Amino acid sequence: MELIVNILLGIVIAATPLVFAAIGELAVEKSGVLNLGVEGMMIVGAIAGFSVTIETGNYLAGVGAAVVAGALMALLFGFLTQSLLANQVATGLALTMFGLGLAALLGQDYSGKAAGNFPKLDIPVLSDLPLVGALLFGQDYLVYLSILLVIGVSWFFRKTRGGLIIRAIGENHDAAHAIGYPVVFYRYLVLLFGGACAGLGGAYLSVVQTPFWAEGMTAGRGWIALALVVFAAWRPGRALLGAYLFGGITILQLHSQGFGVEVEAQYLSMLPYLATIAVLVIISSDRLKVKLNAPACLTQPFRAAT
Amino acid sequence: MRYQSFTKLAVAALAAAAVVAAPAAVQAKKLKVGFVYVGPIGDHGWTYQHHQGLLAVKKAFGDKVETTHVENVPEGPDAERVTRQLAQQGHDIIFTTSFGFMNPTIKVAKQFPKIKFEHCSGFKRAKNVATYNIRYYEGRYVNGVIAGKMTKSNTVGYIASFPIPEVVRGINAAYLGAKSVNPKVKFKIIWVSTWFDPGKEADAAKALADQGADVIFQHTDSPAAMKLAEQRGISAVGQASNMKAFGPKAQLAAAVNNWGPYAVARVKAVMDGTWKSTDTWGGIGAGMLNIASVHERIPADVRKQAAKVQADIASGKFHPFTGPLNKQDGKQFLKAGEKASDGLLAGMNFYVQGVEGSLPK
Repeated sequence: MELIVNILLGIVIAATPLVFAAIGELAVEKSGVLNLGVEGMMIVGAIAGFSVTIETGNYLAGVGAAVVAGALMALLFGFLTQSLLANQVATGLALTMFGLGLAALLGQDYSGKAAGNFPKLDIPVLSDLPLVGALLFGQDYLVYLSILLVIGVSWFFRKTRGGLIIRAIGENHDAAHAIGYPVVFYRYLVLLFGGACAGLGGAYLSVVQTPFWAEGMTAGRGWIALALVVFAAWRPGRALLGAYLFGGITILQLHSQGFGVEVEAQYLSMLPYLATIAVLVIISSDRLKVKLNAPACLTQPFRAAT
Repeated sequence: MRYQSFTKLAVAALAAAAVVAAPAAVQAKKLKVGFVYVGPIGDHGWTYQHHQGLLAVKKAFGDKVETTHVENVPEGPDAERVTRQLAQQGHDIIFTTSFGFMNPTIKVAKQFPKIKFEHCSGFKRAKNVATYNIRYYEGRYVNGVIAGKMTKSNTVGYIASFPIPEVVRGINAAYLGAKSVNPKVKFKIIWVSTWFDPGKEADAAKALADQGADVIFQHTDSPAAMKLAEQRGISAVGQASNMKAFGPKAQLAAAVNNWGPYAVARVKAVMDGTWKSTDTWGGIGAGMLNIASVHERIPADVRKQAAKVQADIASGKFHPFTGPLNKQDGKQFLKAGEKASDGLLAGMNFYVQGVEGSLPK
């Protein structure tokens, strides 16, 4: 029983960076912008979060720095693609490369240092409950934040006027512009949110999960987050599910090796990706539904008609 | 064999430019020594240790040598360019320190027959290309002895990267070391299919700890497993360099690569005009591998026992792979008293008897 709880705890930790990055990118894509720079924003968030945590000893400051750093990277992307109308795909790829290089430069003095343990939720009695206590009431604060973010984004796009406007911009930016919405302004806002989320995801890796800094430590998680957005058909709840599925299979395959399951390790390493593809195929078997879900203006540059 | 990234391309290009720009000081007597690194010196692992080798050369010869190093050189075409530039600047001896630099080194060496090349961890040699590497398995055996004595759950976890002989040999050596002092010991091995992914390495260490392992070995590059062992209050063994900063309580000992003595000897040979293309595979005895920071919480008798094994390996009295030894399926591969040949070790692609699970192919 305790082992099952430990496995579940492992899954939560493996999934949380993906939840952050995916929910941010999901919101960005809802507004009709594709930012392929998630990996770059994550790694800059990772070093910003780690270095500030080490320097100040304050986790809140570290997390805040990661949020700001991720948002700044997104601001750069926004300036290039929204103000200068650069190609989004090329700019996004460049942002990833830039981020990896910048983070390596900033992190030179921080390799070889280690952070302490991130504070966890601790409610008397509840957190000490056997089995469910650690799982439901004993996680670190960022796990709860990630879940709240998913609920918040879902609520925002369904129930609020702002969410409706952003969805409208994502579906048809010319029409949204014609009835008077500042398309570029809204897209900047969503981009900043997406960058902040990616930064948080990176910081989770460097401040909570490992916790130390090493060059290139995001190791492709930004790309997985991008895939999860498509996997989720742009629905926040499904993005959460996807992240947990991916994290879950990753952890389970590690455990199954420890138990001596006689399957070649390479196949087990493939499993999370295979499962993601399989679910993707099942979901997208209904082509009409996918078309309806994908923002129609995704990757299209917006130039205000005069 | 290290991970690569786009950034390294950019950094290598810059570094290469810097090398070109450096004034080609033509001081007739100074011997010029060049080093090509695959990672940053700040990796606290592979490249960091190689840089210690360069510093040892500097310390040993002082004004008589001039050293150059280029960091973050990706394996591939960039390695060739950087190596050629060092050659063109008149370096007398050039150390290329990653497995993937093998072909570029051979290629450049052909064009500069008068320059001596030293390639680390490869198997291709030429008249002016020597190879060198460390017998890491000796350190793993010694640390296996310590792990076998220190484990309370009789379960040792092992995070492995890829099923190549280098890694398989390490697992076997650690297992034989542990088994020699603790017949009940079991190894749980997790293959993560990466040299470097701190998140995944931490996840794997967590899985091992959850399944009852209380000592963790790793054959991956980041200190994630050490850090996790520290958090969980269990033990781990440092890899490639001293990881004490990440596990002040957890680290039982670390096998630390020591390239200094070799680099110094080879530079000296160039000075004396005695340099020859050789194939060096040195271990504890040659001073190329040190067991560092053996933790004071380890009982004195265990420390003594490990030190004895270490001394016997160093003197050649004992070989970690001494028969009778069987493969996992029970077939004997070393007769009683027989020591494993270097050829057998270099191609080791099987588990020894007692290691559970199947080796990925």
